[in-house]
Amino acid sequence: MLAAGIDIGSTGTKAVLFDGEVRGVSVVPTGWDPKGAGLSALRQALDCAGVPESALNCIVGTGYGRVSLPIFDRKVTEITCHARGAYHLFPDTGTLLDIGGQDCKVISLDAHGGVVDFVMNDKCAAGTGRFLQVMAGVLEVTLEEMGLLAVGAEPAPISSMCTVFAESEIVGLLAQGVAKGSIAAGIFEAISRRMQGLAGKVRISSTVTFSGGVALNPQICRVIGAGLGVEMRVPAAPQFVGALGAALIGFEGDAAC
Amino acid sequence: MLAGETAAAGKAAAYEEIATLRERNALALKEAKESGVKVVGTYCLYSPTELIVAAGAVPVSLCGTSQNPIAAAEKVLPRSLCPLIKSSYGFALTDTCPFFHFSDLLLAETTCDGKKKMYELLGELKPLHLMQLPQIQDEAALDYWMVELKRLVARLQEEFGVEITAEGLTSAINLVNEERRSLKALQDVCKLRPAPISGSDLLAVLHNRGFCIDKRQAIELLDRLTAELVERAESGVSPFHERTPRVLLTGVPVGLGSDKVVRLVEESGGCVVCFESCGGYKKVDPVEVTGDPLRAIAEKYLRIPCSCMSPNQGRLQLLDTLVREFQVDGVIDLTWQGCHTYNVESYQVKTHLQREDQIPFLQIETDYSESDTEQLKVRIEAFLEMIGRRRKMPENALP
Repeated sequence: MLAAGIDIGSTGTKAVLFDGEVRGVSVVPTGWDPKGAGLSALRQALDCAGVPESALNCIVGTGYGRVSLPIFDRKVTEITCHARGAYHLFPDTGTLLDIGGQDCKVISLDAHGGVVDFVMNDKCAAGTGRFLQVMAGVLEVTLEEMGLLAVGAEPAPISSMCTVFAESEIVGLLAQGVAKGSIAAGIFEAISRRMQGLAGKVRISSTVTFSGGVALNPQICRVIGAGLGVEMRVPAAPQFVGALGAALIGFEGDAAC
Repeated sequence: MLAGETAAAGKAAAYEEIATLRERNALALKEAKESGVKVVGTYCLYSPTELIVAAGAVPVSLCGTSQNPIAAAEKVLPRSLCPLIKSSYGFALTDTCPFFHFSDLLLAETTCDGKKKMYELLGELKPLHLMQLPQIQDEAALDYWMVELKRLVARLQEEFGVEITAEGLTSAINLVNEERRSLKALQDVCKLRPAPISGSDLLAVLHNRGFCIDKRQAIELLDRLTAELVERAESGVSPFHERTPRVLLTGVPVGLGSDKVVRLVEESGGCVVCFESCGGYKKVDPVEVTGDPLRAIAEKYLRIPCSCMSPNQGRLQLLDTLVREFQVDGVIDLTWQGCHTYNVESYQVKTHLQREDQIPFLQIETDYSESDTEQLKVRIEAFLEMIGRRRKMPENALP
């Protein structure tokens, strides 16, 4: 049984092949063509695993682009897939934080990796990957550099969570001569506060797993973890958790696949 | 079993008739007006319909569930206000609601801050009677509300040159109670598993019926539809499968044009079997027929469990009953942006439902626009996946 999980996110498209173990992975930018990105991620993952497409028994799609690919045997939301993926990696996950390109979610899991409750940000990119990207752009640094700048800096007060408002707030701080490091730290604090607000709406367990591309930044993980008062566990490749979950759902699948 | 039958195919005959009620009634209303009938337009469930009927006038629901007139309303009202208030005001401002156009008097109540200030502006466009609604459900509030009802009686008598008698009130109570009975019977068909009518279609019926100017005709039509639906259920005809997840929708009022969430639930493979909102099950509670008719009317309207009441324990009790009677698998609480009372109360509803009924719960905060449709789909689909998985799990494995 070989299953593929394809997570077509707003920024990146990820594919994972699973047959009891992960056989191949790939990531491509989604760009303007979610369908093309899904197909090319699948092809690359197959190449990575060295198996032909005909070997696949089941393809599960997730992410915002899941509607655009006709090749999927099943479509499952990223909320269910992230939960499934996180449960596989850390079976004692009680709460999952997922920050993707355009949205953030806090998901509460039961002892079997099932979703029991979740909250998701509304139609706005506040505190998401896109928010960070825009802020990094204003500071003219990469996301990685922004993380390094923030280490040990006194966070500047940033109150806006709206991407557009925060941008003008930062421009104002720069004009006052506030150091980039402080601003970077302030941005992370703002995201942390946002996640605390969101997390307040569901039960938070002591075992919190952090998935999604934003989790690649260790400084953000530290700040959010400290804000929530929990120790955050970050998988080695947090951006693949959704695709992995989709592959697992396909692998364990019922007759539909 | 005709499971999976598309909602469009083979609807009950009475349904087709009801689908065109709004248009037909606009014409009927015009004719009635020309023959001298007085019309009172209402916005809210707190409007005591019986008094309007007893005054020999026609009560009609006014428009306020469409996105179309919101841009016009925003020239006056703040953008962050709830879409229901903006839409209601926009319809009035642009004169695009025939029922508003034909109204001789508008009846309004001080339910929430946004509405009551909007009514001040609306009063500049039409004669408007504002009832000061108390926001606690105790004896003192009832006495106060009685005074407000008497003030409305005086206004209606003066405005329309009629007398509202005790007999008139009793007969109006009987008529409106009969209407409530027919509305309840119709909604109760969805207690059957699977429900013989989709939530979208049921909502269309409830919405269009509000524009009906002849109550007896509407009752007859609803009863016919109910009978047809029961018959369909008996012969196994349903747009759903027995395993389709059953959702109860609570929270703010919904109507055609603001039915996005109902549509998304049903497109995602669920069915809305019960509307707890004020156009749905909140409406079916009858007036007591014993004692002083005016007092009985006051009692009935004051006990409406709207989030503008504080505290609002009645809503939680009603939800417990509906969750059980309609055998729902999940509850979706709908909040319009800017509706603070429903938005805040959502926390209490969630806490209560998860403690008392152990039922999956999802709050959705949105407006009438389509701008967040894709994001809402993710939430709703994930919610249905959550319900589906819960069902597959053995009972003892659930948390």
